[in-house]
Amino acid sequence: MELHEMTAWELAGYLHNGEVSAEEAVQACYDRIEGVEDRVRAFLTLTPEAALEHAREIDELRASGEHLPATAGIPIAQKDLLCTDSIATTCASKILENFVPPYNATVIQRCHDAGMIMIGKTNMDEFAMGSSTENSAFQITANPWDLQCVPGGSSGGSAAAVAADEATTALGSDTGGSIRQPASLCGLVGIKPTYGRVSRYGLIAYASSLDQIGPLCKDVRDAALLMSVISGHDPLDATSAEVAVPDYTGTLGRDLHGLKGGIAHELLYGEGIDPAVRDTIEQAVKQLGSLGVEFEEVAMPHAEYSLPCYYIIAPAECSSNLARYDGVRYGHRTAQPTADIYDLFAKSRAEGFGPEVRLRIIKGTYVLSAGYYDAYYLKALKVRTLIKSDFDKAFADHDFLICPTSPTVAFKIGEKANDPLAMKLADICTIPVNLAGIPALSVPCGFADGLPVGMQLMGAPFSEDLLLQVAYAYEQSTDWHSRRPAL
Amino acid sequence: MPEVSLDEVRHVAKLARLALSDEELERVRRELNRIMDYFAELQQLDTEGIGDTSHAIPMTDVYRQDEIGASLPAAKIVQNAPDSVENFFRVPAFMEEE
Repeated sequence: MELHEMTAWELAGYLHNGEVSAEEAVQACYDRIEGVEDRVRAFLTLTPEAALEHAREIDELRASGEHLPATAGIPIAQKDLLCTDSIATTCASKILENFVPPYNATVIQRCHDAGMIMIGKTNMDEFAMGSSTENSAFQITANPWDLQCVPGGSSGGSAAAVAADEATTALGSDTGGSIRQPASLCGLVGIKPTYGRVSRYGLIAYASSLDQIGPLCKDVRDAALLMSVISGHDPLDATSAEVAVPDYTGTLGRDLHGLKGGIAHELLYGEGIDPAVRDTIEQAVKQLGSLGVEFEEVAMPHAEYSLPCYYIIAPAECSSNLARYDGVRYGHRTAQPTADIYDLFAKSRAEGFGPEVRLRIIKGTYVLSAGYYDAYYLKALKVRTLIKSDFDKAFADHDFLICPTSPTVAFKIGEKANDPLAMKLADICTIPVNLAGIPALSVPCGFADGLPVGMQLMGAPFSEDLLLQVAYAYEQSTDWHSRRPAL
Repeated sequence: MPEVSLDEVRHVAKLARLALSDEELERVRRELNRIMDYFAELQQLDTEGIGDTSHAIPMTDVYRQDEIGASLPAAKIVQNAPDSVENFFRVPAFMEEE
């Protein structure tokens, strides 16, 4: 097997016993990028000099006998909304086209300190708003499984980079499904951790009560490895949880007998779920059943209200978070003559933001404005309580819930771009999870029409270890994870 | 449910500090009417006595010791400014001189 094709765990083995150097592993990624990136377009920025220098440092440390963490020398791609010190961070937006952060996001620092080598910054939907990565101001990323199809979004660049073996691992962010849906569409494992599990310091914010950072990886053990690197309390993020981090990799391999799984009825049998996807999930449920899980159907009576609830709350929070882009301290400032400071703001912002972002800011401003705040925003917050309570009730009697990650397999580039409603429906299975703040994991469970299908496992807050255990047992009893796109 | 008027959209665009063209104002007005549809859906639910969830995971006020730590150097921060003078951000004048 080629170096760039390996999982992080496999590569770590070779790095640890000195058979392969970090420099070789990193160079293998760049060679691969040279071979396929013109067709995949996963990256906005590549950082070969810094990467190779870091790799050499790791190799020297190892040669000197220093004990290094398991992740030392493992290549990683980082979504371009994570602040990287002295390296461009654009959120795939013209308004931040020239923005160079003066600091590292906490997760970036943790990956670096764990010896992981950043290959580059990946493409995304602008400010994480979208489900296909087509809203990027700069380029369209292709799905390595079918270059005519989208990789999903908004972490499409990260997903495509790993699926194409351009990077061994990647981080993305998830506000309404933006890690899990691209993972599903690209045949990867993706996790949205419990809200507060991973620090958001240095994550350029979209919706502060919904955003979380998480891994996109080739298999479950790699995802567990990355969760160990990035999880844990951070004093720089007041919303990060003071909850101990379990040994995610050490606790894999648990027997599933005795576990109770809930089939989220409305999410599996809802309108809009492609029949082929539904069948694939049902097969996966049978497979899990044969591994010892007892399943029953669980009602999620408020699930259908997740979409309207999310599309009031998320734009509202986005309108607040994006108010900082005013052309004064960083980012794009209009070159047009301006009548006054408000004109400077209004023109800079209109020029810098793409159409979907402008729309969501307007929607958010509207629902928060005087006269509408109570009717729209507060109502949505109450509905959010009801959605969360569906999950709380379900987890009282079940260890985890299951449903599809995405209602369809990857769709064609351009197919949904002009149908915002169809695009939003891509997230019907993932959105309830962000509203409730619970963790969820997408793991490959088959193919439909030759394209990957992912199943979503959802758990009670801080139960990522259990979700990883269930996913691992399932994965090891199948061979979906060893399939590779023919690029 | 009353439709959103163009005047309302202009007002919201002003609040959001976004200079939108007439075409976009109209496009956005149509999209804002969708919020009405979302709201109508949510209205179906009885939320009498239900509390709001602005944060899904229970969190209380987070404090830290009032100790001085390192700050980012001003010179580094100003590097991203579209226009700056020393460690100041420069913008067009917006206050009248006395």
